[in-house]
Amino acid sequence: MMDTAEMLKAFSHHRGNAIVVPGRGGRHWVEISDKPNRDLPLGDPAMGGHASFAMGLALAQPEEKIVLFDSDGDVQMAMGILATIAEQQPTNFYHFMLDNACYATTGGQPVPNALKIAYHDVARACGYPRAYAYDDLEPFSTDVGRILDEPGPVFVWLKVRPEIENKPIGSRAQWRTRSQIQVVTDLKQELGIAI
Amino acid sequence: MVSDVQNAALSPETVLAQMKKNGVTHVVWLPDSETNWLFLLMKDDPSLTLVGVNREGLAFSAASGIYAGGKTPLILIQNTGLMESGDSLRGWTIQMEVPVVLMVGYRGYTRHGVNKDTAATYTERFLHAFNINYYLVEEDGDAERISIAFAEARKTKRPVAVLVADEYHGFN
Repeated sequence: MMDTAEMLKAFSHHRGNAIVVPGRGGRHWVEISDKPNRDLPLGDPAMGGHASFAMGLALAQPEEKIVLFDSDGDVQMAMGILATIAEQQPTNFYHFMLDNACYATTGGQPVPNALKIAYHDVARACGYPRAYAYDDLEPFSTDVGRILDEPGPVFVWLKVRPEIENKPIGSRAQWRTRSQIQVVTDLKQELGIAI
Repeated sequence: MVSDVQNAALSPETVLAQMKKNGVTHVVWLPDSETNWLFLLMKDDPSLTLVGVNREGLAFSAASGIYAGGKTPLILIQNTGLMESGDSLRGWTIQMEVPVVLMVGYRGYTRHGVNKDTAATYTERFLHAFNINYYLVEEDGDAERISIAFAEARKTKRPVAVLVADEYHGFN
């Protein structure tokens, strides 16, 4: 099992110029990234939508590499998007999924059948041409550069330690420094897209 | 012989022309009984990318990503799926100020207001609850309202709906 922050640091060495949608890893990624204008730390606009958002971005910007850090709870909520992604076959899309087996932001309650789902097999069965699974940092660190050199769509299942929050939402530390709208605006400016 | 009803229909060619006029690049959609012929036309149009989803809420987050990437999405779903999509509509489009047009098949619509389908009963009430403005389109003569919806979405940076009230005499 990996620490999310350590896993993201390992990824960051191979990030290159990729656009990153950090999803549930956002609170760590904003401390690690050195290209904030190519990041989309959106928090949680509505649960289950990160993969479809990132897929849409990948389809709209086929020349850019799009990396998503999804979560097991999000994927279970919208598992059907795996079929859509596999149908669209965005070769620039890299779908990493953090699996902590629980809903960490609501107190750590278990995700349904959390310990028995082979998510990489689900992705492959839906039509992802490549899918991998890692539960230790070392082999992931060794392989992540190669994975990012492969054509997408790629699915990577990552077992991570839960970081459970039990404070009321209003009293939690706010890690986002930019609004969702500002984040998208900054990306568009970075890409030279008219606003 | 073409009947008056057929003359009054909303043709898929008209809808496609409206999409192209307004620069749509990606249609995020889930099939409904109103749009089969439109699908066949869209599929053959090389300027459009069709993104099929299997639950309507996913259309809103996908459209948000397409917009973030600088392209112009259109969401094409049925009213039943719209009602299932409330939180995605809120979080991925309203909150993120995504100017997107939703073309919504108005299942159960009747002009006289006496309907037997609760899908129709709650459609406009749902849109009111989310403060989504909408335009009703029944026939080709109404098609310019689709352009009005696009202009309003761009101006207000909000989703705007077009209710396609054509199920029983139009595309099918």
